[in-house]
Amino acid sequence: MAKNLFQKVWDAHAVRELSNGQTQLLIGTHLIHEVTSPQAFGMLRDLGIKVKYPNRTFATVDHIVPTDQREQPFSDPLADAMIKELAKNAEEFGVTYFDLASGKQGVVHVVGPEQGITQPGTTIACGDSHTATHGAFGAIAFGIGTTQVRDVLATQTMALGKLKVRRINVDGDLKPGVYAKDVALHIIALLGANGGIGFAYEYGGTLFDALSMEERMTVCNMAIEGGARCGYVNPDDKTFDYLKGRPYSPEGDNWDEAVLRWKSFASDPDCEYDDIINISADEIAPTVTWGVSPDQGFSIEGVIPDPSVEKNENDRLSVQEAISYMKLEPGEPIKGTKIDVAFLGSCTNGRLSDFREVAKYLKGHKVSEGVKAIAVPGSQVVDLMAKKEGLDKIFSDAGFEWRAAGCSMCLAMNPDKLVGDQLCASSSNRNFKGRQGSPTGRTVLMSPVMVAAAAVNGYISDAREVFSI
Amino acid sequence: MALEKIKEVKGKAVYVQGNDIDTDRIIPARFMKCVTFDGLGEFLFYDVRKDVEGNDKEHPLNEPRFSGASILISNANFGCGSSREHAPQALYRYGFRAILAESYAEIFFGNCCGLGVPCAVASHENIKKISSLIDQNPEIEVHLDVANSKIITSELTFSVDIPPGAREALTEGRWDPIAELQEAEQAVDDVVNELGYAI
Repeated sequence: MAKNLFQKVWDAHAVRELSNGQTQLLIGTHLIHEVTSPQAFGMLRDLGIKVKYPNRTFATVDHIVPTDQREQPFSDPLADAMIKELAKNAEEFGVTYFDLASGKQGVVHVVGPEQGITQPGTTIACGDSHTATHGAFGAIAFGIGTTQVRDVLATQTMALGKLKVRRINVDGDLKPGVYAKDVALHIIALLGANGGIGFAYEYGGTLFDALSMEERMTVCNMAIEGGARCGYVNPDDKTFDYLKGRPYSPEGDNWDEAVLRWKSFASDPDCEYDDIINISADEIAPTVTWGVSPDQGFSIEGVIPDPSVEKNENDRLSVQEAISYMKLEPGEPIKGTKIDVAFLGSCTNGRLSDFREVAKYLKGHKVSEGVKAIAVPGSQVVDLMAKKEGLDKIFSDAGFEWRAAGCSMCLAMNPDKLVGDQLCASSSNRNFKGRQGSPTGRTVLMSPVMVAAAAVNGYISDAREVFSI
Repeated sequence: MALEKIKEVKGKAVYVQGNDIDTDRIIPARFMKCVTFDGLGEFLFYDVRKDVEGNDKEHPLNEPRFSGASILISNANFGCGSSREHAPQALYRYGFRAILAESYAEIFFGNCCGLGVPCAVASHENIKKISSLIDQNPEIEVHLDVANSKIITSELTFSVDIPPGAREALTEGRWDPIAELQEAEQAVDDVVNELGYAI
């Protein structure tokens, strides 16, 4: 029977059916970081259990690591203690740890692919909801809670109910100045923040065939913002080219064998889906959010919605709550909204291609006076490569602070935070209330090039106009 | 260790209105700088409950009439966003033992289930009715009958949806899957070898 990739990977990794009807699913690769793993290791100690396959778990530090001060002890003693705890756990349980001295540290979802740990046809889990990023390689990748981190450490498996699969076809070409981030925000706005509940998203169509691996990662990364537990793209030659020669990729005869196996996981041409959505790429505009949920987004030409026209009471309240928190007025254009901070980075848009694309346009421009602008590479490898190309210089000449690798202001668990009701033009993935570290801080999500345009003008702008794209 | 069989949850309820209440709102990220989950309860919904000086803001959880509630009621897509188990842990440690909402984000739902906290789904209309009932009578006892998927009060009874797998796991005391997962060691090794994962 013809199967889609999700079904093939699921069936290959299903160990058995559990008594509650869920599947005991083998997790091929487990990624951990400092924030959601310490309690799991604590539970293992309480139960007297070891890590079943230490070689299948990889650790790094990203969520709370400072991006300016890199020598321990850090100024925040709690952050320092958590990072020490991860080092201790990794050593005690025999897990590979990409620490700050390794040259490989970074946001876990940037590190996995660039080290070649993320591979097609595998299952991946991480105590972080943006684990779906790894789906760009044709892996089925789940964000999990800490108790499940324990389950994976202890048994290399977890209990999970099977998902339905929704195929999202995007055909055609993106207009100039429109990026993978806009595709992600557009899909979420179209289907809603809860539209994907119960589904895995398979992204395909001629647009996805044409997107680079890094662009595919950007879209898969935000599957969770649309409610989907995971998202993926079928593996193809681009996937294999990306993986060839990476530290954890197979070599020699093993490489050819691996490529054959990887290809066999791709969805069969005549397979079925539980749902299919078709989108035309040329409908997608540079997209920005206006509210406090990632589905509250629209074209840069959009005007702030009027809650009084919403028919459903909860929708009316949601819009009212969002615009009152964002301090925006119904009927006003989003374009022209003053910003205080510009943030470039995160597991969504902190890869080399993101900084290259922005640098192309930023050269010769200056960040507007009064705007704090930071550029945070997704990993030490991205940092190094960007510096080799002189990208860091372009950013610092323009007035961006070039920082060291980490999650930084995406979730602001380190010192990079908004202050008061500052408004941030952000290349990250969530615009929730308080997300960027201040309980009244405001976030407008957009593509990296749009962040640069906002930084240059000091207000939310159409990058196509600012940079003559 | 035998787990508690969670067949029902009885107690006062409180309604926190809104769709898409995310886990950052349930527990802001800065409170996750901890190596245990102890003490998270006091930071539950912190930024919507407290102002920057730490004074109470207007919020149902700050209203004395709802104090001691053990059932949290909300709307659609409750618990969306970050996979942080700190969110259900904070709810549990604050004293919540069950949640009633129109729908849940999946990772949150799974995390709750693993802690033995039932997440029951009710229609928009029934959420409206029960929230108005507890607003008028905050002391009313709300009874979530997990085994029979029902909400029962002295004035209002309606069916709720709890997926059968989760329901059985709760009512039969198998909501923490670790023991069952550990049983299949040989079968796990076989799949690992068959798929060629480097161990």
